[in-house]
Amino acid sequence: MIGEDDVRYVAKLARLRLEQDEIARMTSELGKILSHIDKMGELDTTGVPPTAHVLDVANVTRADKPSESLPRAEALRNAPAVSDDCFRVPKMG
Amino acid sequence: MSGLDPLRLTAKVAKRLLVDGEVSAAELAKTYLDQIAAVEPRVKAYIRVTYDNAAKYSTKVDREMQALRGPLAGLPIAIKDNMVTEGVTTTCASRILRDYMPVYTATAVRQVWDDHVVMLGKTNLDEFAMGSSTENSSFQTTANPWDLATVPGGSSGGSAAAVAAGEALWALGSDTGGSIRQPAALCGIVGMKPTYGAVSRYGLIAFASSLDQIGPLTRSVYDCALLLQHIVGRDPRDATSVALPEPVKLPDAERLDGLRVGIPAEYLAAGIEPGVRARFDETVARVEELGGICVEISLPHTEYALPAYYIIAPAEASANLARFDGVRYGYRCEDPVDLLDMYERTRGEGFGPEVKRRIMIGTYALSAGYYDAYYGRAQVVRTLVRRDFERAFAGVDLIASPTTPTVAFPAGSRTADPLSMYVCDICTIPANLAGLPAISIPCGLSDGLPVGFQLIGPAFSENRILQTAHALEGAIGFDVVPSFRDSGAGVAGDVSGAPGNAGSAPAGEVRQ
Repeated sequence: MIGEDDVRYVAKLARLRLEQDEIARMTSELGKILSHIDKMGELDTTGVPPTAHVLDVANVTRADKPSESLPRAEALRNAPAVSDDCFRVPKMG
Repeated sequence: MSGLDPLRLTAKVAKRLLVDGEVSAAELAKTYLDQIAAVEPRVKAYIRVTYDNAAKYSTKVDREMQALRGPLAGLPIAIKDNMVTEGVTTTCASRILRDYMPVYTATAVRQVWDDHVVMLGKTNLDEFAMGSSTENSSFQTTANPWDLATVPGGSSGGSAAAVAAGEALWALGSDTGGSIRQPAALCGIVGMKPTYGAVSRYGLIAFASSLDQIGPLTRSVYDCALLLQHIVGRDPRDATSVALPEPVKLPDAERLDGLRVGIPAEYLAAGIEPGVRARFDETVARVEELGGICVEISLPHTEYALPAYYIIAPAEASANLARFDGVRYGYRCEDPVDLLDMYERTRGEGFGPEVKRRIMIGTYALSAGYYDAYYGRAQVVRTLVRRDFERAFAGVDLIASPTTPTVAFPAGSRTADPLSMYVCDICTIPANLAGLPAISIPCGLSDGLPVGFQLIGPAFSENRILQTAHALEGAIGFDVVPSFRDSGAGVAGDVSGAPGNAGSAPAGEVRQ
């Protein structure tokens, strides 16, 4: 069963800040959802290969030809903070 | 020109009126903008109506009709707001993308723009397409035009409600676990999820990449085929897209002689409400009246499809949504103390509850120690679900089921219990897991609310599905004319800080 410490740990992995009330609610909701999902455990899946993708295509390639890319100004257009034509971020902790 | 009734008009008829010069593209656009003005305050299907674009582009189509002549020229469309549109904000109904202004256009949208359809606006959805009622939008709740106190379904609820309410001639949506077919069913219209890969996903803001497909929401099966014709195709920008082995044909079938239709016992086993079951059984009888042969089949792993989906979709979502980190686009939290604080608070403040739940489930399922038990096992179950279909299609041409277990439910009735919302998609999810094409068509009413009939086919059987749905549609004779009744207090409303329809696109500019 998933507990609040698990939820805090997973939230950290997901880079997601959850408030204390969210952690309590999430713990209860994830517990219910995961117990439904645990139904998959009933199946004998010995020897069954996984499906990652439904289409029978592999290694789709294209010609390695240079072409125009997004102009810098366009690429930066939606950025919350920009300096010297770069994305600006806070310092590492 | 007057007398155009947006609650009766189909693309097929509108196209003929345009070609015959009986109506102009501008008059057609105005018909829908007028209907939007009349009913949008109650329905709230759109996150943004692109009034200027619709008025000006339709005028351009009229002026340059000779040069712009194309099979779809002048036909107005609504686009789900998770497909990027250059110069028109694209929000995914999320606070984190509230002001996002795309610098390119999704391929499917580009294709219809190139055909000179007229964009009316961007429609509401569950945040990042995660939900089955459109109640997970960060901005507004959309009402079902058949009963304003009920939900339109989701996640393409805005597109479905807009088409049902006559606020758009047709619309594009996306379907990851039923997000086109379920709202189409609940709103009494036609909705189709094509074979995985048939339509490019380039510019569709990714939810679950191995499941997502763009498709049409329309007032008739013919319109569905017409729109599908113009969005399919291999796109060099989406390596998972493929060319259909045969072109999409406009359907004309009236009979179903010899067609073998399988009815999966597992889909009818539990939770199908009596009114839905009654309409479904009547429609199965119509299949037989038209010459089809209905046989009971078994898809034994059906009950495991939902659990597998709720691992695979959140796992892929947790990876796809990692890009929303406050660096390149979208919302950034105020005054972060350092980089990690910025990531965590930006995402904590920017995402709504359902998106957070899915990110958490997905991250958990992919984390060390749980990967094999959850993600690994879900992928194996996916194989078993696919094999069920392969075995079934050895004996039948198509599979039929109700699209949803219930008709539209009251707003707010399922939001407290995520699992009760997830089971809405129990009949639609398996087709996504197996990548199969499927359609929902309206097959009657139960307590005044529409019931959807689903047809699932083998990969690339779009034409067979469309022909069958067309013949059935003729026999059913359903009128897509919602009552706009309100059985409760009207629920459509702004949640908070909706971008609004004042228009972020500079006034007077044609964006498409």
